[in-house]
Amino acid sequence: MESVSFKGDRKFREAIVERAGEEIFACYQCSKCSAGCPVAFAMDLLPHQVIRSVLFLKKEKVLSSRTIWICASCETCTTRCPNEIDIAKLMDVLRQMQRESGMKPHEPRVPLFHAVFLNTIKRSGRIHELSMLRTYLLKSGDAREKLKTGEWKNDVKLGLKMFLRGKLKVLPARCEGVKEVRKIFARAEKGKRA
Amino acid sequence: MKVSFFPGCSLEGTAREYGESIEAVCETLGIEMEEIPGWSCCGASSAHTSNEFLSVALPARNLFQAERIGHNLVTPCAACFNRLKAAEKAITGVARMDVGIPLQGNIAVLHLLEFLTQKEFSERIEKQVKRALKNLKVVSYYGCLIVRPPRITDAVHWEDPQSLDSLIAQLGGESVFWPYKTECCGGSLVLTNVDIFRRLTGRLLDMAREAEADCIVTACPLCQANLDTREEEIGATVGINYDIPIFYFTELMGLAFGLKEAGKWFRRHLVDPRPLLRERRLI
Repeated sequence: MESVSFKGDRKFREAIVERAGEEIFACYQCSKCSAGCPVAFAMDLLPHQVIRSVLFLKKEKVLSSRTIWICASCETCTTRCPNEIDIAKLMDVLRQMQRESGMKPHEPRVPLFHAVFLNTIKRSGRIHELSMLRTYLLKSGDAREKLKTGEWKNDVKLGLKMFLRGKLKVLPARCEGVKEVRKIFARAEKGKRA
Repeated sequence: MKVSFFPGCSLEGTAREYGESIEAVCETLGIEMEEIPGWSCCGASSAHTSNEFLSVALPARNLFQAERIGHNLVTPCAACFNRLKAAEKAITGVARMDVGIPLQGNIAVLHLLEFLTQKEFSERIEKQVKRALKNLKVVSYYGCLIVRPPRITDAVHWEDPQSLDSLIAQLGGESVFWPYKTECCGGSLVLTNVDIFRRLTGRLLDMAREAEADCIVTACPLCQANLDTREEEIGATVGINYDIPIFYFTELMGLAFGLKEAGKWFRRHLVDPRPLLRERRLI
């Protein structure tokens, strides 16, 4: 049973307004964001419903949704919103808050991918596609799954084709800026604790 | 003319032929591209999804280097372009975000497509066309992040961009209309939610067929890779043999300029464009 309630964690909404802007209050549910969203078909909460849920302090509902993880960050909603709500940014903020909450995300693969991606940058300054992919496949359990289903054969086939066409760089490039990059990560991590 | 160049991580791997064709085309046009020394990853979607500080500081580090050199900054990747612009606006705009990297905002940040289709190069490009892309029907795929959101990208036409279409026409090709110029390919979900990715990219391939295009031209290493490397797999799930070549726009420029090394670029594609080009007597 869903009932409209103004009781609840107002701090949740305040934090979102602080990080994503107060324009969310201007939402009049025209659902233009949802109509143009290329991923709407796979969402459990449409973008305009996310905004309404935030306004009504439905923290659990929003943070446990599939929507926040499968949003592709294509920026169509943000571009078309008649009230200049930065919906793509709102999705970013909700993803960050979900991670900060310590709850299990609806689509754990997505934040895992981003963590592996960022770790690769922290380690080498740039993305080396092959080593990032290897770490992700191992950590997500996709490697084991693919071995079981036999799907690994397709991946190897694709990888081999790319290798033969010179599209796979085997060793990571050296990035002279890596020390500075690590300093940036150190500052980001310090900020998170503060 | 000299500009600073931010290649982005893909150019060292999957988008190798993009890098090669950029180098050849710019040399032909007399443009000197100087890679930013010690450049690092822009953080891409992973940074803005996870941490606001990182999403601004990682690209800002590269902008700072570019400002020290002083030339305008050009990048061939839609995602890098978007993140560089977003960082520039966050730091130098009204928000004045402080990430410990001071920026003046005194250089222009341009996507390579925007840079090469400036009026000042139009005549030079025209002069270089030795082999017009006659009878080649092309749909232009701009993707998301070159144009959206316009308050970051400064795009003038974000629903119906024209620069790539005009360029194709200038190269002698036939720019074919399709309504999916800026539809998302779902690239960010390719590893985590492959079903969603397949549906989004599949829609693009279907629409290109419906528009009766011979090929799709892109201006982003991620868009090209997502389309080119997965066409066979997507086709297999729906029982269609797509076989639509996916070009980088600089490859088509090089082809029209009659550059010999173009054949080497095309050999790197997973969907081999050479049968089509042979049929149209372009190679």
